[in-house]
Amino acid sequence: MPMTIEKRSALRAGVRDGVPIAMGYFAVAFSLGIAGRNAGLTPLQGFVISILNHASAGEYAGITAIAALAPYWELAVTILITNARYLLMSCALSQKLAPETSLWNRLGVGFGITDEIFGISMARPGFLEPTYTYGAMLIAIPSWAAGTALGIIAGNTLPLRVVSALSVALYGMFLAIIIPPARKDRVVAVLVGLSFLCSLLLGKGAAAFSLDWLTGGTQVILLTLLLAGGAAALFPIKEEGGERHEG
Amino acid sequence: MRGNVYIYIAVMSLVSLAVRVLPLTLIRGQIENRFVRSFLYYVPYVTLAVMTFPAIVEATQVPLAGALALAVGIVLAFLGAGLFPVSVVCCLVVLIVEGLVSVL
Repeated sequence: MPMTIEKRSALRAGVRDGVPIAMGYFAVAFSLGIAGRNAGLTPLQGFVISILNHASAGEYAGITAIAALAPYWELAVTILITNARYLLMSCALSQKLAPETSLWNRLGVGFGITDEIFGISMARPGFLEPTYTYGAMLIAIPSWAAGTALGIIAGNTLPLRVVSALSVALYGMFLAIIIPPARKDRVVAVLVGLSFLCSLLLGKGAAAFSLDWLTGGTQVILLTLLLAGGAAALFPIKEEGGERHEG
Repeated sequence: MRGNVYIYIAVMSLVSLAVRVLPLTLIRGQIENRFVRSFLYYVPYVTLAVMTFPAIVEATQVPLAGALALAVGIVLAFLGAGLFPVSVVCCLVVLIVEGLVSVL
């Protein structure tokens, strides 16, 4: 089936925006591979897990459960909890797709959800062209899987300084997604600042009181429900257009 | 029931897939409720902000390097730089700061 010009250019843009994601993924996945090596996974098993799951915290928790020979149901619950934020992201993306988007494209875009691919997909103007997300997936997910496999093979051979530098690539990208809208919309600006603050406080609080259940993933869900819910109650967006809120 | 690595992989992957595709396939068309629409509009900003800080400071070997990468990243993004430039400059800041710190 030939692609239209719009689909093709969206695909190209997706690949382009997928490059920094792929860079950051490689470094993170490499350290995940080291955990996988300790759990006794082969490089191929690590590659398959990463192609199918592509979720850092979820995979880490999963690999830890495999290493501990956890019961299958326990692994299922662990993955459900560590990946529960993708439920929220999937809800948000459902409003970003044109209503007539096919079931296959919904499955394809849904399969591709990661924190980063979700972020760049939501940052597209107007409805999301699925090929944009596919472009980013095409470069980012294999990089994630290759990083995992190499981490299992090579262990600790990548210089620490390089891993350290690459580890901020994903955060830099997040900043490029959330700061420009914050400049245009004061509610978003305050919300971003408040999110930084609450994330710091909740993280410190969880560590201080040894709340093991309050993991990074759970903190994200709690704060998202609380802060995005609060902002929605106090500053609802306008009915038409969707982008601007009142006041 | 435990112990088979292929069943572990299958369980992980199926649960991961389900949380990702269920809302997208079940929620067709635009949600009318204004609160829900507003909530979903704000979700990405909160989620990404919470994941960025303080994680960026904790990800680097030297916390100062992460803090400077955060500051430089915010300024560059504010000035309108794209995903790739912001990302690469943040990496370079960490590489330079950690290089300097190790020399000093």
